[in-house]
Amino acid sequence: MADESIINSSTAVEEKKYSTLNLGPTHPATHGIFQNVLTVDGEVIIHSEPTIGYIHRAFEKLSERRPFYQITPLTDRMNYCSAPINNIGWHMTVEKLIGAEIPKRVDYLRVIIMELARISDHLICNTVIAVDTGALTGFVYLFQFRELIYEIYEEICGARLTTNIGRIGGFERDFSDKAWAKLEKFLKEYPEALKEFESLVKRNRIFMDRTIGAGGITAERALNYSFSGPNLRAAGVDYDVRVMNPYSSYQDFDFIIPVGLNGDTYDRFMVRQEEMWQSLSIIRQAIDKMPDGPHFSPNVPDFYLPPKEDVYNNMEALIYHFKIVMGETDVPKGEVYHCVEGGNGELGFYLISDGGRTPFRLHFRRPCFIYYQAYPEMIKGANISDAILTMSSMNVIAGELDS
Amino acid sequence: MDKTVQEKILGIIGEKFESEILSIETPYDFLTIDFKRDHIIDLIKYLYDHPVAKFQYLTTLCGIHYPDSKQIAVMYQLHSLVNNWRLRIKIFLPEENAVTPTLTTVFAAANWMERETYDFFGIQFTGHPDLRRILNVEEMIIFPMRKEYPLEDQTREDKEDFMFGR
Repeated sequence: MADESIINSSTAVEEKKYSTLNLGPTHPATHGIFQNVLTVDGEVIIHSEPTIGYIHRAFEKLSERRPFYQITPLTDRMNYCSAPINNIGWHMTVEKLIGAEIPKRVDYLRVIIMELARISDHLICNTVIAVDTGALTGFVYLFQFRELIYEIYEEICGARLTTNIGRIGGFERDFSDKAWAKLEKFLKEYPEALKEFESLVKRNRIFMDRTIGAGGITAERALNYSFSGPNLRAAGVDYDVRVMNPYSSYQDFDFIIPVGLNGDTYDRFMVRQEEMWQSLSIIRQAIDKMPDGPHFSPNVPDFYLPPKEDVYNNMEALIYHFKIVMGETDVPKGEVYHCVEGGNGELGFYLISDGGRTPFRLHFRRPCFIYYQAYPEMIKGANISDAILTMSSMNVIAGELDS
Repeated sequence: MDKTVQEKILGIIGEKFESEILSIETPYDFLTIDFKRDHIIDLIKYLYDHPVAKFQYLTTLCGIHYPDSKQIAVMYQLHSLVNNWRLRIKIFLPEENAVTPTLTTVFAAANWMERETYDFFGIQFTGHPDLRRILNVEEMIIFPMRKEYPLEDQTREDKEDFMFGR
């Protein structure tokens, strides 16, 4: 009798109680505004419930009210770590719709810009993974090179973070000598710093213990969740839009697609790291093979703003200038999908034009939004500290997530 | 995508769903099929399991509102990574009764995409595990991407459309 009461009371004491923990909305380790309501058993995550939309700005609705060239600044604010890729992706979508022929030089200049943007995106992501494991040095050390990339942007378009780079049909001006010089400086100095960062982190016992096996996903699940970009490649699927559907003359360049094996945090880190090396090689190839020619397409005067001195001295240029600014240009009817390999994966623009001055419908395929939904599955059964690492290694960018 | 590939895909679909196809277009070389709404999930499942086609990647999914015909379309864009084939399928639902089965049974990725589509267009995806608003606030009572909700304040007289050439 006495034994029974002891057994009963002891089970009552040991009955498990899960606790609820709010990770976010404003948590310093999530690098953006995400809320996750975690159900935890001690340190182990049983369930998580993400809430998103904290910085939703209705870009799809806004673009239904704007002429095509005014949509470019909206795309800046999606993945703001690699804004030029978004800008150029959008320009290329419109060029596809209007059937513009783009000179080779523009393609190559765009490749340089896009690969710089990819480097700056991956640089932030990888150094932040290191920060989340406790290694602040790499972050502080490599960050000056992002500054250098931003100076190159500045030299080309005048802006730094939200670049609004280029125009429909090309660039507003050719790269200046100063821009080329800065690019050379970057290409010379960055590899050394990157190598140093790599040797600090790559075989570091603490870093490896923290990242290997944390937040893994299999290739099957990753495909089912429509992963793309480095996160999919880390799981072992060699899908890269630059190779699968080459755009902007990517077929002219020689590069490899790095793939991982386990899809865990370490693999994602390593894939991004290797992609930076590949990007550097692509930029070098583009500079070496840079063809001569105009820096804009002369065939789309309806969309490409004429040079300012022409506007003052040339009747036709004035008319086109006025037409473009007032959004009076005729747009063909049609339905077009264009995708580019953004910093986080397949960034797609699905555009329906009904011939009006604005898109009838514009849908952005935002890779972040699509793969972030796998987050609860990836952190199930993991520790809270691993959940933080998983999130930073997935490179979830709030702007792209919420559009 | 060249013509032979498009014919091949259409052949694969035609084997089983010949009578369900409403129309076929290829705008900008992108095979687009307007499909009857009833068997859309069966079609996507069939394409997923097909030994040759293997459309096992859902690129994106979104809604489109056509106020003139009082219809809401759902656009599914599939990608066969093995063959590098892309395919767009559209179904049309009536505006006042936009209901269609969920695709989450085939693709896990469809979960949030459908929530977003519900959030902005009010399309009900039956069988969806968690059909709530995702980007907008829960208290919102409209579906903002429908064309009847204009972006700007319609009571203002200084911003008439014709003044801006719209």
